[in-house]
Amino acid sequence: MALTDKEIESILDQYPSKVAKSRRKHIILKDGELPNQEIEANTRTIPGIITNRGCAYAGCKGVVLGPIKDMAHIVHGPIGCSYYAWGTRRNKARTEDGKDNFLNYCFSTDMQESDIVFGGEKKLAALIDEVVETFQPKAITLSATCPVGLIGDDINAVARAAEARHGIQVLAFSCEGYKGVSQSAGHHIANNNLMEKVIGASELEEAPAPYAINLLGEYNIGGDGWEIERVLKDIGYHVVSVMTGDGKWEDIRNAHVAELNLVQCHRSINYIADMLETKYGTPWLKVNFIGVAATIESLRNMAIYFGDPKLTARTEEVIERELARVEPVLAQYRKLCEGKTAFCFVGGSRGHHYQGLFAELGISTILAGYEFAHRDDYEGRHVIPSIKSDADSKNIPNLEVEADVQRFRLKLPAERLEELKAKIPLGDYAGMRVSMEEGSVLVDDLNHYETEEFIKLLQPDILASGIKDKYVVQKMGIPAKQLHSYDYSGPYAGFNGAVQFAKDVSMAFASPTWNFITPPWQDQPLLDGKMNEGGAA
Amino acid sequence: MLDYTPKALAERKSGGMINPAKTCQPIGAMYAALGIHGCLPHSHGSQGCCSYHRMHLTRHFRDPIMASTSSFTEGASVFGGGANLKTAIKNIFEIYNPDVIAVHTTCLSETIGDDVPTIIKQSEVPDGKVVFHANTPSYQGSHVTGFSNMAKAMVTTFAEATLAEKKAQVNLLPGFVNPGDMREIKRITKLMGVPFVMFPDTSGVVDSPMTGKFEMYPKGGTTTEELKDAGNSQLTLAMGRFASIGAAEQLEKKCGVPFADLQTPIGIKATDAFVMALRGAFAAEVPYELEEERGQLVDIMTDTHFHFHGKKVAIFGDPDVVAGLTEFVLSLGMLPVHVLTGTPGGALGAGVLGFEEGIKDILGPVADKCNVKAAGDLFLLHQWIKNEPVDLLIGTTYGKYIARAEDIPFVRVGFPVLDRSVHSYMPIVGYRGAMRLIEMVSGALLERADRDAADEDFELVM
Repeated sequence: MALTDKEIESILDQYPSKVAKSRRKHIILKDGELPNQEIEANTRTIPGIITNRGCAYAGCKGVVLGPIKDMAHIVHGPIGCSYYAWGTRRNKARTEDGKDNFLNYCFSTDMQESDIVFGGEKKLAALIDEVVETFQPKAITLSATCPVGLIGDDINAVARAAEARHGIQVLAFSCEGYKGVSQSAGHHIANNNLMEKVIGASELEEAPAPYAINLLGEYNIGGDGWEIERVLKDIGYHVVSVMTGDGKWEDIRNAHVAELNLVQCHRSINYIADMLETKYGTPWLKVNFIGVAATIESLRNMAIYFGDPKLTARTEEVIERELARVEPVLAQYRKLCEGKTAFCFVGGSRGHHYQGLFAELGISTILAGYEFAHRDDYEGRHVIPSIKSDADSKNIPNLEVEADVQRFRLKLPAERLEELKAKIPLGDYAGMRVSMEEGSVLVDDLNHYETEEFIKLLQPDILASGIKDKYVVQKMGIPAKQLHSYDYSGPYAGFNGAVQFAKDVSMAFASPTWNFITPPWQDQPLLDGKMNEGGAA
Repeated sequence: MLDYTPKALAERKSGGMINPAKTCQPIGAMYAALGIHGCLPHSHGSQGCCSYHRMHLTRHFRDPIMASTSSFTEGASVFGGGANLKTAIKNIFEIYNPDVIAVHTTCLSETIGDDVPTIIKQSEVPDGKVVFHANTPSYQGSHVTGFSNMAKAMVTTFAEATLAEKKAQVNLLPGFVNPGDMREIKRITKLMGVPFVMFPDTSGVVDSPMTGKFEMYPKGGTTTEELKDAGNSQLTLAMGRFASIGAAEQLEKKCGVPFADLQTPIGIKATDAFVMALRGAFAAEVPYELEEERGQLVDIMTDTHFHFHGKKVAIFGDPDVVAGLTEFVLSLGMLPVHVLTGTPGGALGAGVLGFEEGIKDILGPVADKCNVKAAGDLFLLHQWIKNEPVDLLIGTTYGKYIARAEDIPFVRVGFPVLDRSVHSYMPIVGYRGAMRLIEMVSGALLERADRDAADEDFELVM
């Protein structure tokens, strides 16, 4: 089934030559014989190409900030940007008493033409005052949309003045949609400000309980974070903060006290993970809680890190208990899925993580890619020093942090750390490519045209992508699974999530509706007659 | 649910929105452009706009929504988006091969002042293909304004008066409604025997059938020949002034086609007005089939009036749809007490009422008992409801939070409906659409009555 270079060329041949030349660099065929295969990523989408990508604002406010429940998230701009990021991502949140959760509210300055002409700072300040008066949030974020930077509104000054007026933290994010080349720029902008202004802002000097961890890059889509936390707490971990699914500004301020940071979505949060290590000496571990095997591996790696026999024993107990529960169920679903093939094209980590879960169901991923990843997400972090910066990436400020004189503490002796790095992915992510099958296709920023063409060539049984692709693919008679919103199902993470995913994917294959596509009159003749013996009557 | 919304109404001076009841112009322009056959909408701005609009439309229609973007970067934002748009146009024709590209702007390209018509003139457009544009700055109006501006641009670009005399043909401007509504308006016009051009017409585009094959440009949509011929029509029926008057006025100005300003034909009165407009202008007999439908509707209204009479209703959504719903619930004997749209409601031309005046005109003697607001938000609507509770809420999916917070029966109508399916296929316009609305409203009210009834009051027949 593997594709050849020639077949890829045949797809690209239909492009204008400049487009073809550019797109060729974003596609590789996995060849394990080679030590590395470079793929171009995090570069501009060519104008006119129907891409799945969004903007910096979507990455900043929509992805990283939006899920923080106890902050009021004010968007400065015309109405649309705030409206589209309101309740659309399924980052669930709850509080015990229903208080300190503003996720059902959408705040926008609703900029009008006069604001574009005369500036919108006063309007923004007035809205902050109203929000403080009515909602009394502990902290506020301000996110900029395209026109804000262009007309020169100084949202940082507005934020400083509002902090002085109200005595609460007001964070300004210059995440105008045109910055960078995708959502990725927005992740970085959000990471910088959270690191600089929120993390470590509390007085807390020590974690209140042993095995204290932060869970980074987990957005609690469909309740994923809750399923992960269920298992972690059962084993005995203390979750200091989650960034940012069901996350709290109050908890994120304490993130500096953790003994270990777990990184689930590498792309959106690796900046904070790195900076936490530099500033506080907290190592980070790449985890993957999608799929049973990956979840187990992640849990075992955590136990190895802490090196406590009791914790290790408890880890194994929980794994055994959960496995006994979910394995027989998964085996049933596997019967419906075995031998099928999938495309897996999602944002920044799910394009990789879900391949393992598909494999557990007997489904092989024959094409995968990311919407907004960088080369390291495909090739591994060892390529980071060789990634060239360009005009677009240079526009995103790189926050440099230093060791905190008072709070920096090596969580493990340096030797032990080095020893562990050989065993577990501490401070490292190997990328998508290494775990993919030989001959499979990696495509960065997969677009509509290529999606159609690759489907024709490879004929996958299921396509995991987003809402914009879903109905295109289903019209072709192929099931499509939304892996941004989970088709309003979930959780898909952890042990229970694997079962839910297996159930949903099996349902997609087994649905009787696929049988009705061809109307009966299309494969039966209009006139039902018999030929007379000896020729026509 | 929505625990932070206080009952006490305080004056809000900032002009900001809390839980908006509108979105921005470009999504309306994208939707309208999908109503041209063989057209690819193009968003001249950042990628995020196009992605958000496609996402949102796809969720409402549960069908492919194809559109491209100029993918602005910081450089383009500083130096202008001309090169991006020219590159986009070239690539779109080579890769996706539409007949028409309908460019709409965004707040980004508007703020930097890109001269889109000049850029288009300088672009490589293959013979027989068309690229046109509408200015849709996100910082004016709402998604309905964007729809209106794109519909108007269709007239500016395509419509031509090529005949010495107008022909017996009507232009139908359905406004920002579902394809199911567009189909119903066309069905009624066909029953009346009047030749027509409908635009935009998204039926057959965003409600396309499952065939096992993906069509980038499905069968539906108004053809460019039809758009051209709209200039030869005898009359334009602008249904829903906020979405349709712009195009109707442009047709009058450019091609001398007079227009009638009609309400979106939701409910019996507005449908009667639509039918009468066709009958009057084209001396067309109303066929028995239609008269029968109307009679059935009146029969249902009469048979069920006791379910509705005197019930208090809150209605929100797009101005044209809200106007129709307000009129219809009045016809059912209900009392609209809160009526709100997020769209700014200023008058759109001489002799045309703005939103608030228009609704008050519909409300007539009960106008004083009703809160009416244009450019409002759902935070305000919720506060109104806390101060004067209602028996029923009618609006888009965003109303579900208020409905839950206040435990009110809720009927989903309008754009967007993101949490229920089939709605875009089924009409709310015409006599049959009115029957459907009655079914939805009575279903919601009676489900609630059943739920609340004590065992001894739980009725078999209602």
